[in-house]
Parts: sequence; C-alpha cells; structure tokens
Amino acid sequence: MLRIKNLKCSYGSITAVHGVSLSVKKGELISIIGANGAGKSSLLLAVCGLMKTWSGEISFEDNSLRGMSPPSIVRAGISMVPEGRQIFSPLSVMDNLKMGAYTMYRKRMKAEVEKDFKMVLSMFPILRERADQLAGTLSGGEQQMLAIARALMARPRLLVLDEPSMGLAPKIVDMIFETIETLRNQGVTILLVEQNARAALKIADRGYVLETGKMVLQGSADELLVDDDVKRAYLGQDYGDFYDGRGN
Amino acid sequence: MSDKLSARSRARIENSIFLAAVILLGLVTENTYYLQIMTFIGINTLLALGLNMLMGYAGQVSLGHAAFYGIGAYATAILSGTYALSPWLALICAVGGAVLVAFIVGLPTLRLSGYYLGMGTLGFGMIVNILFREWSSVTGGASGFVGIPVLEAGPMVFMSGKSYFFLVWAVVLAAILICRRILRSRMGRALRAIHDGENAALAVGVNTHYLKLKVFMFAAALGAVAGFLYAHFVLFISPESFGFMVSVKMVTMVVIGGMASIWGALLGAGLLTLLPEVLHGFAEYEMIVFGLVLMLVMIFMPQGLTRGFLDIYHASRKKRQ
Repeated sequence: MLRIKNLKCSYGSITAVHGVSLSVKKGELISIIGANGAGKSSLLLAVCGLMKTWSGEISFEDNSLRGMSPPSIVRAGISMVPEGRQIFSPLSVMDNLKMGAYTMYRKRMKAEVEKDFKMVLSMFPILRERADQLAGTLSGGEQQMLAIARALMARPRLLVLDEPSMGLAPKIVDMIFETIETLRNQGVTILLVEQNARAALKIADRGYVLETGKMVLQGSADELLVDDDVKRAYLGQDYGDFYDGRGN
Repeated sequence: MSDKLSARSRARIENSIFLAAVILLGLVTENTYYLQIMTFIGINTLLALGLNMLMGYAGQVSLGHAAFYGIGAYATAILSGTYALSPWLALICAVGGAVLVAFIVGLPTLRLSGYYLGMGTLGFGMIVNILFREWSSVTGGASGFVGIPVLEAGPMVFMSGKSYFFLVWAVVLAAILICRRILRSRMGRALRAIHDGENAALAVGVNTHYLKLKVFMFAAALGAVAGFLYAHFVLFISPESFGFMVSVKMVTMVVIGGMASIWGALLGAGLLTLLPEVLHGFAEYEMIVFGLVLMLVMIFMPQGLTRGFLDIYHASRKKRQ
C-alpha cells in the first residue's frame, strides 16, 4: 500500500533521514521506533507532504507522492495524527471534527460526513460530551482522542500517527494504544511512529527500528520485542520488570 | 444543535440592534459634522472588517492594506472623474482591479508568514503609495485629485449628510452579513484553523495558500469599496490618505477592537476615528494621548476592547451571583 524506497530527508545542510526503505501492506499495523532525532517524524512529514526536501521514492497504492501537496495526499487517502496533537484549540470539538472532514465536504458528501460523525463519536463518547467545548480546554488524553477522531473524519485508508503517547499518563497511553488496535481490527491500515517502543511493538504486526536516520533493524513485532539489541537500546531490559509493574 | 441555533439567533438579534441603532442615529442626528464623523466611522469599519478577516481570523498580518483602499479611491476617481464613466461602473472596475492586484501580490507574498508577510505587504503598500504620488499625469500627484463626481442613483443624490450616512452604513451592514456568512461556513472554520496552526490545517487537507489568497482578495475588495465610498464622499483625494500610517491605523483598529471579532472591527474603527476628533482641542498633545490610550488598552485588555468588555461583564455577573 505504502512503499518507501531509499528516502532521504534534509533540512538545509542537515540530513535527517539517510536512505530508508520500508513498506506497509494493506491492513497492517506497522510501528517505527527509535529515539529522539532518529528521523521518525521527518519520515512521516515527507509521507504527508509537509516536508518537501526529500529524495528517493514514496508511493501510495502504486502512485508516486512526489510533488503532491498535503491536501491532495489527504484526498488520496492518507491522514495524519500530528506530533503533539495539534488540534485547533480555539475551535470547538465539533468544529475540529468538521475540519477533519474538510476534504469530504468538497465532495458534497454531507450524509456520509454525518455518518462519520456518529462513528467517531460512538468510538470516543467523551467527545460527544465535550462537543461544544473549545478543544484547547480538553485534557491531554482527550486532545489525543480528538486528534485521532479528526484524522478519521477524512476516511483514511492509511492512518499515520506521530508519537500519540507523547506527554500522556501511562493509563491514557494504554487507552490510546487500545484504540489504535481497535482501528486496525476494523481494517484501517496504520503506520505508527513511537518512542514508547514496547507499547508500539506490542500492538504492531511488523516493526522498523530507526537510528540516526538509518534503518538498523526490521522484522515482525514479536521478533523485535525479544531482540537483544532492541531490548538493550529501547526497552530498557534491566528496568523491564519495574516498568511492566508500573505501566500496565 | 440547540447551541448552534441559539448562536444563530443571537447573531440575528445583534444585527437587528445594530440596524436599529444605525437608523436611529441617522434619523436623530441633524448636525452635519456628526453625520460626517459617523460616515467616516462606517468607511473605516469596512476597512477594519476586511483586515479583521485576514488578520484576526486567518492570522495573516498585512501592513499595506491602505494600498487597496487607495486603489479603490483612485480607480473610481480616475474612471469617473477623468473618463466620465458612471461611478457604479467605476466601482466594479475598482473592486475588480483591487482583487486582481491582491491576487498578483498575494500569490508570492502569502507564502511568507509572520514578520516576513508584514514586511512584504509593507513594501507593497509603499510602492502603491509612491505610484499615487509620482504618476501625476493620471493621479494628480502629491497635490491630489480634484473633480470626483457625486454619486447618483436615479432620483437619489448622495451628497454628504444623511443620504451618504445611510449609503455607507447600508454597505457596512451588508459587509457584516457577508463576513458572518463566511465565518459560519467551512471556509471560516478553515481560516481559524490556519491561524491556530498552518501545518495542522494542511494535515487535514486545507489548501492553506489558496485560502489565504482568497481571504486576502476578499479583504482587498472590502478595502476598495471603502476607498470608493471615501472618494465620492470627500470628492478630493491625495496620496497621504492611503499612506503607511493609514495602514498602521487599520491594524490598530483591528487589534484595539479585538482580533477575530466582527463587532471589534466596528468598535476599533469607531474609537480610532473619534479619538483624533475629540483630541482636536489640544492638538499638540494628541499623539501623546493617542499613544497612551493604545498602551493602556494593550496592557489591560490585550485581547482588545470587545473581549475586555465581555470579560468585565462576565466577571461582574459572576460577582452578583
């Protein structure tokens, strides 16, 4: 579905991604893990068209995304939940969701959009309660749910999530990851980028490990979870038991 | 759903109050000086409304908005004055011309953001002003343009006084309704989304550049209409009415009145038009008082007067409860 070949991203003279290749098949949940500055977000920005200075090849459903603007990529079927949520805080929750359906309104699909409202509101009942509240007044977890719901309103065939666990309490993180799993089970293809490697690999089918802009490891999520290098570098093996006791 | 309805009916009530106030003021006021001041407030409100859409809602600062005001005024002056075209046809040309210029200027400049956009529009405003000043064979140069015809529509002659007052305020009301309509629409939501985060807006599929360009053109159109009304009201125009200071004054109107507020534009325009008139008596201190008022508003009501007054109102209501 999504195929990335030898992707290089650079900000001026600084190269953030050095030739990364990966693929996402229909119905899969793929996690990309890596530390801060590994190039995870740059990769996603390139996929969504928010970063222009990349070379290599990105194709979605066999169409190249080169030169496509972010709006046309959304229309093509890729929707992003941006890093740090980036909900529209001065708009109401409802208006945020309407913004998510921005590309749908154009197609005059009012009835369909209404259906999607019902779908996301039943998925996130808390948003229904908060419908008229300004999005900026929501808690972090609620904002993350809103960001996911907003992305779903565009009816993506590929949902891209950038660090959905960032800055959230462990309990909320669990809930968010459960939601992501549910979405996958409903047939949404998902590309997830996370620093929280354990949680991300637990729900993923396959995973990729990025390190300073290079792909250092890839494999099924189960393999990666028991891989010694991954354990040492990202799962904090020595603290594993402690973390498990606290986090779950 | 009920909230949406109440917001809509509240808007209707606000509009009715506004309409009643305008009619009442127009009928009661006999003093030509007051009528004239109120007409100027109306013209400035049009300018502030347009700029507010661009600045207050979409978050794009323009420091050259007086250029469109000037283009509207000079276009109608030249077409109806020099070439004896009907002013109403001239209006269409003026608005069309301003929109076209906005399109050409906005295409590259709106790719800029923040200070850079401010600088870009500032430069544009200065170039246009120099054009008014130096192209004297057409614009009359620094000494101004004389011989702008009076507006007529059938048996109606819009010569200062009440008729012009009502003409201007009818246009203001229409502009308010149009702005409201836009803000309620999908485009209005998208504008506010751009203000909050351009990347996030892009990520949900908003073509931000195109939308910014559209609102820039809309603001230019309102500016040109204001320029048209100004030219046929004072019947004499000169470059300094459309200079850099006028652009700054427009920005001040929006900020003082309250960003992202329709009534804020009205309030800001009213205040900034009245203040110099009130301060006429002690002319040499005018700028000091003017600056002081601006400083006080910014310190105590940084969100502008509309928000500030609303906050005071809500606070006092809470206290009573």
